[in-house]
Amino acid sequence: MATETVATFESSLDELGVGMTRTDPEGFDDALAAIIDEPAVGVPLRIDGVSLDDVPVTVDPTTAQLESARTGVTPVGTAVATYGTLAIESSAAGDEPVSLFPECHVAVVREVDVVWGLDEAFARLDEEFDAGRDSVVFATGASATADMGEMVEGVHGPTAVHVVVIES
Amino acid sequence: MSAETRREKAAQIRQLLDTEGENVHADATHINEARYDATESFGEYEDLRTEAREIKEDAIERLPELIGRVTDAVEANGGQVYLADDAADANQYIEEVVGDADSLVKSKSMTTEEIDVNDSLEAAGVDVHETDLGEWVLQVADESPSHIVGPAMHKSREEIAALFNERFDPDEPFETAEELTAFARDWLGERIQDADVGMTGANFVLAESGSITLVTNEGNARKCAVAPDTHVAVAGVEKLIPSIRELQPFVELIARAATGQSIAQYVTTLSPPVETPTLDFDDPDTPLSEAGIGGGNGGGGSDDNDDREFHLVLLDNGRSAMREDDQLRETLYCIRCGACANSCANFQHVGGHAFGGETYTGGIATGWEAGVHSQDSAAEFNDLCTGCSRCVNACPVKIDIPWINEVVRDRINRGVGDASDASDTPEFDFLVEGLTPDEEPGGLTPRKRFFGNFSTLAKLGSATAPVSNWLAGTGPSRAVLERFLGIDRRRDLPKFERETLVEWFDARGGSRVSAADADREAVLYPDVYTNHVHTERGKAAVRVLEALGVAVRVPEVASSGRAPLSQGMLATAERHAHDAYADLAEHIDADRDVVVIEPSDLAMFAGEYEKFLPEKSAERLAESSYEVIEYAYGLLENGAERAALRPGDGERVAYHSHCQQRTLGLEAHSVAVLEDCGYDVLTSETECCGMAGSFGYKQEYYELSRDVGSDLEAQFTTDDARDRTVVASGTSCCEQLDALLERPSRHPVQLLDPTRDR
Ligand code: SF4
Repeated sequence: MATETVATFESSLDELGVGMTRTDPEGFDDALAAIIDEPAVGVPLRIDGVSLDDVPVTVDPTTAQLESARTGVTPVGTAVATYGTLAIESSAAGDEPVSLFPECHVAVVREVDVVWGLDEAFARLDEEFDAGRDSVVFATGASATADMGEMVEGVHGPTAVHVVVIES
Repeated sequence: MSAETRREKAAQIRQLLDTEGENVHADATHINEARYDATESFGEYEDLRTEAREIKEDAIERLPELIGRVTDAVEANGGQVYLADDAADANQYIEEVVGDADSLVKSKSMTTEEIDVNDSLEAAGVDVHETDLGEWVLQVADESPSHIVGPAMHKSREEIAALFNERFDPDEPFETAEELTAFARDWLGERIQDADVGMTGANFVLAESGSITLVTNEGNARKCAVAPDTHVAVAGVEKLIPSIRELQPFVELIARAATGQSIAQYVTTLSPPVETPTLDFDDPDTPLSEAGIGGGNGGGGSDDNDDREFHLVLLDNGRSAMREDDQLRETLYCIRCGACANSCANFQHVGGHAFGGETYTGGIATGWEAGVHSQDSAAEFNDLCTGCSRCVNACPVKIDIPWINEVVRDRINRGVGDASDASDTPEFDFLVEGLTPDEEPGGLTPRKRFFGNFSTLAKLGSATAPVSNWLAGTGPSRAVLERFLGIDRRRDLPKFERETLVEWFDARGGSRVSAADADREAVLYPDVYTNHVHTERGKAAVRVLEALGVAVRVPEVASSGRAPLSQGMLATAERHAHDAYADLAEHIDADRDVVVIEPSDLAMFAGEYEKFLPEKSAERLAESSYEVIEYAYGLLENGAERAALRPGDGERVAYHSHCQQRTLGLEAHSVAVLEDCGYDVLTSETECCGMAGSFGYKQEYYELSRDVGSDLEAQFTTDDARDRTVVASGTSCCEQLDALLERPSRHPVQLLDPTRDR
């Protein structure tokens, strides 16, 4: 079941032109290091067993570091398999700007947090809102515009997105 | 409208067709196709539409309560809510909030266009930068949006490149969309970093949590909302829904309807003031964890990010009155996806600038303009709605957009009227007046009377044919019709038959199948055109029904009221509805089916009559009425002999269904019956013939009507289609096809007529 969900997630991401890497906590540091383009900035991952401590990512960057970063690494609390959507938090640690300003956004999600459809994602969100959470960004693929006469990726948001799924 | 105004309007439309038509056509049709793909493959689509509609109905019903709740919630979060009565009130408040800020960045919002906030802020000395690329192009070009979702849809890449090369004078001239986008990203990125205030709209406002939801593809709304420390969101009060629990159907629907994407790139729900660190790019060395923190909890960010300020401006500007208005209320359910514009054949060909209006354009814009601006503003472009109903199924919240257009037309008719129109036709007025036993006020223009009373005209036409036909065909009388009524002389007028269908039927001695021998008895509804103009298709229908074993009656029945409805003459349309129902009620009581040839009349029975008749009556008529080929389909399915109909023997036909017939989901029946009978059917991909009743006759719209028709012409003149028999279900479609193509068109029932000899 979980395998099927992740497989669907992967093919949704593929359609969006978003790459996906699977790893377990042991392999995480190497996997991440292989993906990011430096300089990279990030926010604490809030996921057991993995952290940004031993990878070349500046956690809690300054605005100057944010501005010049090529990669931004954030955790994602929920991902939606059928759409390839990532639910980004809007936290005081800066998930929102770190996922938005650099050219490439790397999202880290636990396998168990990949849910099938928006139904499940909203069910979680309802609960979380009841518990006091009050913000979320559903991000699907890179930012895009057709306003200049043709479809172009990467406008105000990232040009590329990559997802790291942590198997448990 | 005077002859001169008509000429000016025609010239303006011609110019827009030349300059903007091509770009709009490419984009709007492309997006419309994408919408079809995205909705067809989506199983839950219909259920979600129903759910979304219910949520909106309920939210508008409970609006005052939701306003109270959202105010409490936003204040509890540390923000402010301001309920603005009108544009001036909103602008004044925004100016106070903005204070001595130098610059403000905006994310696209039609609501701020509605109140002209940019002008007001610039007058107060604030630099305003639109950050949505399309909106920014328009800001640079100093133009108004031509589409709710794709404001610069009318501009090509080449035009944008030329504009930017002139305005920004780059070292290397811009050429590609990538270059333009990269430049925009950098240029606007700097403005966002420097801005003191960020302004956004809101696609939805969640009352319970005080959140706003922004739906975008570019990411600029997210940046405008979180980069500067002051955020002002401006939203119409109708954007309120109770809570995040009601949000899901809209998230699933809005992008599908708007652009054919299954979900937008960014669906952002924020409950500002947010905890996200405020970014001060002038202070490059502050870590995010310390940005905007008032101190206290030792970094890591917190609720007391007291740099942040949030103002939610809820705009009324006529919406409360719309809520009280039984006809305009539905407009408030609109989620501004633009699908109604994309599905509109006229819009696809000429774009939003032809529709006029102060802010909103295309589709539902009549409702918005009438509600938030004035009837005058709505009057200008309300004309481009032909009532074809293609937008009805496109709308994710099931708004009856054509009905709103008719209602506004009616109100305009009853308002001051168009003095120029009435005053330049006194010589002709007596003639039209004589034709018009209508319920309408004196200010109504002669042209509306002329088209709106087509049934009376048809009676007179048949009675005086061939004189009437001769008059309608000669140069001098066409000149008079053109000058006084604006009926384009290039358009052939209908030719009235001396003997009506009803007379023919009586003269042949009624039905050839007696009721005693038949399983079913049907009343063939003699619509005005079938009875007076295209009697051939009526006769064929009688023979087809009889061949399938049905006892037929063709009694005199009042006209459906379609003609006055489309002129916005609602009282007259209503009278017709009562008369037609009275004429048919006894037949329905006697278990006779009502068989209708003209799809637009069936659409009235199935749709608009519920507005005119008691619920039970409307239901009974709707349930007893069938489109003629749909009816034949049912008979064949139930064992009627196909062999009784004229076989196709592989005859190649090119079939164009009628807009309203498609809305009712009846196209497939015609195709199935024809194929079943051995015809080789090619169906038109083009959904609209571009005629839609009186529209194509009108001098100022003649060229647009032909332009819309050119798609259909192109499809029916390809190698595969050129030698096919042309078949169409609607009268107006046939008229347009006859004008576009060399070969004549006919109704499918005429093909099936057992007495037809090729
Ligand atoms: S009326 Fe319906 S289709 Fe048109 S913009 Fe509003 S929601 Fe979309």
